[in-house]
Amino acid sequence: MANQTPRTLYEKIWDAHEVERRDDGTSLLYIDRHLVHEVTSPQAFEGLRAAGRKVRRPDLTLAVPDHNLPTTARLDDAGHKLPIADPESAAQLAALEVNAPAAGIRYIGATDIAQGIVHVVGPEQGFSLPGATIVCGDSHTACHGGIGALAFGIGTSEVEHVLATQTLQLKRSKTMEVRVEGELGPGVSAKDVVLHITGVLGAAGGTGHVIEYTGPVIRGLTIEGRLTVSNMAIEHGARAGLIAPDEKTFAYVKGRPFAPTGADWDAAVAWWKSLATDPGATYDRVVVIDAADIAPSVTWGTSPEDVLPITGVIPAPESFADPSKQEAARKSLDYMGLEPGQRMTDVEVQNVFIGSCTNSRIEDLRAAAAVLKGRKKAANVRWAIVVPGSGLVKHQAEEEGLDKVFIEAGLEWREPGCSACLAMNPDKVPAGERCASTSNRNFVGRQGPGARTHLVSPAMAAAAAVTGKLTDVRELALLEA
Amino acid sequence: MEPVSTIDGRAIPFGRKNVDTDVIIPAHWLKGTTRDGMGQGAFEALRKDPGNLFDSAEFKGSPILIAGDNFGCGSSREHAAWALMDLGIKAVIAPSFSDIFSGNAFKNGILTVVLPQEAIDRLMEVAQTDPVHIDLEAQSVTTPFQDRFAFEIDPFRKHCLMSGLDEVGLTLERQDAIGAFEARVREARPFLAKGTAVAA
Repeated sequence: MANQTPRTLYEKIWDAHEVERRDDGTSLLYIDRHLVHEVTSPQAFEGLRAAGRKVRRPDLTLAVPDHNLPTTARLDDAGHKLPIADPESAAQLAALEVNAPAAGIRYIGATDIAQGIVHVVGPEQGFSLPGATIVCGDSHTACHGGIGALAFGIGTSEVEHVLATQTLQLKRSKTMEVRVEGELGPGVSAKDVVLHITGVLGAAGGTGHVIEYTGPVIRGLTIEGRLTVSNMAIEHGARAGLIAPDEKTFAYVKGRPFAPTGADWDAAVAWWKSLATDPGATYDRVVVIDAADIAPSVTWGTSPEDVLPITGVIPAPESFADPSKQEAARKSLDYMGLEPGQRMTDVEVQNVFIGSCTNSRIEDLRAAAAVLKGRKKAANVRWAIVVPGSGLVKHQAEEEGLDKVFIEAGLEWREPGCSACLAMNPDKVPAGERCASTSNRNFVGRQGPGARTHLVSPAMAAAAAVTGKLTDVRELALLEA
Repeated sequence: MEPVSTIDGRAIPFGRKNVDTDVIIPAHWLKGTTRDGMGQGAFEALRKDPGNLFDSAEFKGSPILIAGDNFGCGSSREHAAWALMDLGIKAVIAPSFSDIFSGNAFKNGILTVVLPQEAIDRLMEVAQTDPVHIDLEAQSVTTPFQDRFAFEIDPFRKHCLMSGLDEVGLTLERQDAIGAFEARVREARPFLAKGTAVAA
């Protein structure tokens, strides 16, 4: 290759996947891995059938149901599958169960131990790989950037396009480096890092960019933590998030069911090592964040950019310079039932949700269990559920006895799925009630019509369950010494 | 996809600004498994009014919709384009469109025509009583009263619409290049080429 110019991680992955480039700057980009779930795929399969087209690479495609699935028991005592009550959800799930195998696509069914949220399953199965281009009809696909894959969400026509051609017509994005310097304080997790970044950049701050997260704090995160950070790249508007693969990444990927083996493994590691951004490569924009500024964080409004340290107070709408933001803040506070000047730690919650593609991996469950061990949920917390990201996470947690910690604390231990992150299955937050939630979006109605969401880390959600209000996990000595 | 050349007929004089995709198709219609039938949910809240334009004897089934600024803003749901298609709409004329919506419309063969507000005002007037004619080849919107409004369109999109080429069809013309790329990957990075085939 004659590439003498230093390149970023993003540019290297892009260049390695360009099938061809048109004169107008649009590239045909090859897609290595396509994850499919039940909500955004039925019309794509229907489109293929109508046009008499086939799935080009079923072997590069993996299907798993997650959004609609109830998180209650899926089998009765005799081992028979329980029906899904909502007929529309049942029909959407049934369509995937038929469409995927009919096209020769590997399908992980609802009762398979490998089933889970598509963004938990991909890395867990070794289907998602560093340096790969990965797409899914879901905006949180950026998640897979945590292992160094170029991963992003697409619409249904694009799902059909990838099924038929294994490519997408795309223009190159701009590049941004978000470097997190310093060292995280106690009680501060990957979720707090990404909430803080979203607060700094704003919900549209990354628009048109692919963000590479760098610096000692990102390097210090576990792979689970990196997946959490990259997962929420879309919440600050980025097309995708990326974290350079390193020894931790290789150790995470090795031995997983679809991961390379033997000579393929050695070749893969050699290539992955070459992907790091070259010294001297430049980004279109660089943002530096000091870890000392990151506290356990919580959202107060209805946009993920509405972030405060848990020690903060609700801002007055007039405190924002932008008049449109003032108006948005007024509407947010009205919807959230909050007053300017109110302390975050005085806000009571009736619901706690620990789960979602952002925070449902084993490390997240361990962090929540560490806080909940030997404690009980507060009386005013009406509904508190823990939803593992996959059957394998659930199994691992049960091996470690975490399920017992949750159940003894008065939380419900559920089956894997998207659950209360979005109101598409039976897990919803009632209108007017508050939820301390480890998910990724606090939009109006996201957890159910009228539901009020406060985004937090797993440890903070657990602390809220114990005290019945938003709580600084550090102050109450809830962390294990 | 059906090639688009001319679109003729009554135009619904809707005219509203900032019509978001939640208005075009509410969230509870996202649980379907086909693109079909979504017309039932199109503009659901507005159509609860028995006097609405969409169900009126005069405009029901009209192929053209005239709207205000920023049509299709909000959620990226492609269901908005499907809902319009199912309602029989083949073209939307407005002063501006959200990027995502116009992309989704294009991918479904719906023509989005951008015209200045003055032209929209005149078309709204004509549409009350008479048909409107859109000629994609000539890039013009005309009326029976000698009005003629020229519009711009991305040449690539025009080519695709006129040839009835959906993007998938177009990319399938590049199958040889895709196949050659796959052969290079199998050679250089075989671990990427294997997917689910590596596991038993």
